[in-house]
Amino acid sequence: MSSDARPTLAGTARALLRRDLRLLWRRRGDALQPALFAILVVVLFALALGNERAMLAAVAPAVLWVAALLSGLLSLDSLFRGDAEDGSLEQWMLAPVPLAWLVLVRTLVHWATTALPLVLATPLLAELLALPHTLLPVLLLSLALGTPLLSLLGAVVAALTVGMRRAGVLLALLALPLYVPVLVFGAGSLAAAAQGFDPTGGLLLLAAGLALALVLAPVAAATALRIAHA
Amino acid sequence: MPPTSHAAAPLIDVRGLCFARNDVPVFGPLSFAVDAGEALLVQGGNGAGKTSLLRVLAGLLDGAGGEAWFGGAPAMPASRARHVAYLGHLPGLKADLSALDNLEYLCGLLGRRDSMDFEQALGVVGLAGYEDAPVRTLSAGQRKRLALARLWLSPAPLWLLDEPYANLDLPGIELVNRMVQVHLDGGGGALVTTHGAYAAPPVRTRLLLLDPAPAAGDVAGRAA
Repeated sequence: MSSDARPTLAGTARALLRRDLRLLWRRRGDALQPALFAILVVVLFALALGNERAMLAAVAPAVLWVAALLSGLLSLDSLFRGDAEDGSLEQWMLAPVPLAWLVLVRTLVHWATTALPLVLATPLLAELLALPHTLLPVLLLSLALGTPLLSLLGAVVAALTVGMRRAGVLLALLALPLYVPVLVFGAGSLAAAAQGFDPTGGLLLLAAGLALALVLAPVAAATALRIAHA
Repeated sequence: MPPTSHAAAPLIDVRGLCFARNDVPVFGPLSFAVDAGEALLVQGGNGAGKTSLLRVLAGLLDGAGGEAWFGGAPAMPASRARHVAYLGHLPGLKADLSALDNLEYLCGLLGRRDSMDFEQALGVVGLAGYEDAPVRTLSAGQRKRLALARLWLSPAPLWLLDEPYANLDLPGIELVNRMVQVHLDGGGGALVTTHGAYAAPPVRTRLLLLDPAPAAGDVAGRAA
């Protein structure tokens, strides 16, 4: 048995990635739901606020960020629930790689399939809200840094609540306090840029938070999964 | 690890292992060992702690005391994962994916023997022709067979089988016994839980009786 394929970090990540992409392809409709939800929120805001472009442009950063945050919250419960219910989580724990690694891969795939489409649709949504074009790079950068941070923070909360039958509102209650700083710095950097100030400070704080969460959140989520699953 | 290291040491050596749930003892302390080419049949009524024992050994639950040694080395997460293949009640199959996709994913996660390929393994468990069938369309027994195919591909020398006969028809029970036998002939070992002795595999088998009464349970002799 010496020539056996021993699972490596890269090998397990590839297996998990392929599985998630195949699952996504089998359920193509579900995958677009978060992005559609965000688009819906933004369109409703645009309709409700009327055609005052100045007013729209003023609230655009906040609306876009809140839409991204809420749509992330919407898909958070599906992060580990399916895997917990069919026993996949048990197989993760049995795998010869750290559980935190698999949690990180799963979270990043989840981000790429739920939040990334939204980030890609942002220029369109920004146009809808009459966001000044000069702010678009700052908006995209803040979302590109902020949404993975939201996913990683959300992974910890989703892992904590995976043992419960219906975690809906509890999940939101637990996640929102963690999301608030991200929202403040994300939307704040945009607001600063809109007033002509330098947005770098907020963006750097987001980047620092992301770097920290990339290392710590998977470990915390893995621990929470073990507790919830014992 | 080199094959020589577990030629002499037992595949698993359990010393004074016990487990408690919310401070209520479930089983133990237990001491037993399983050598290469040996099967340990774990018997006991419902709630006796059969599943808990296997989950503790697989590392899914923390034991309350005692220790388990694998192939002559104390249990560490990574080495344990390479040493043990666990077949539980939930096989971890994705209902939307095909049998072959599921097998590929699980083997990518848990490792597989190079000498076997997926189609071969599906043939062994009697699922030839179901490669592209979504697992959703398979019966409970067929899903069990798919989980057995994963086990068949696993490179781990020690199998922990939790109720492997559940949901299986008579040929399926026959299949499990044949698989265990081949695995043991190849130098592997197995722990098998079951309600009754109706399906004991025809191999060198020892019996571990778990008593439902708390804090009781010991190794009771040899059978067959």
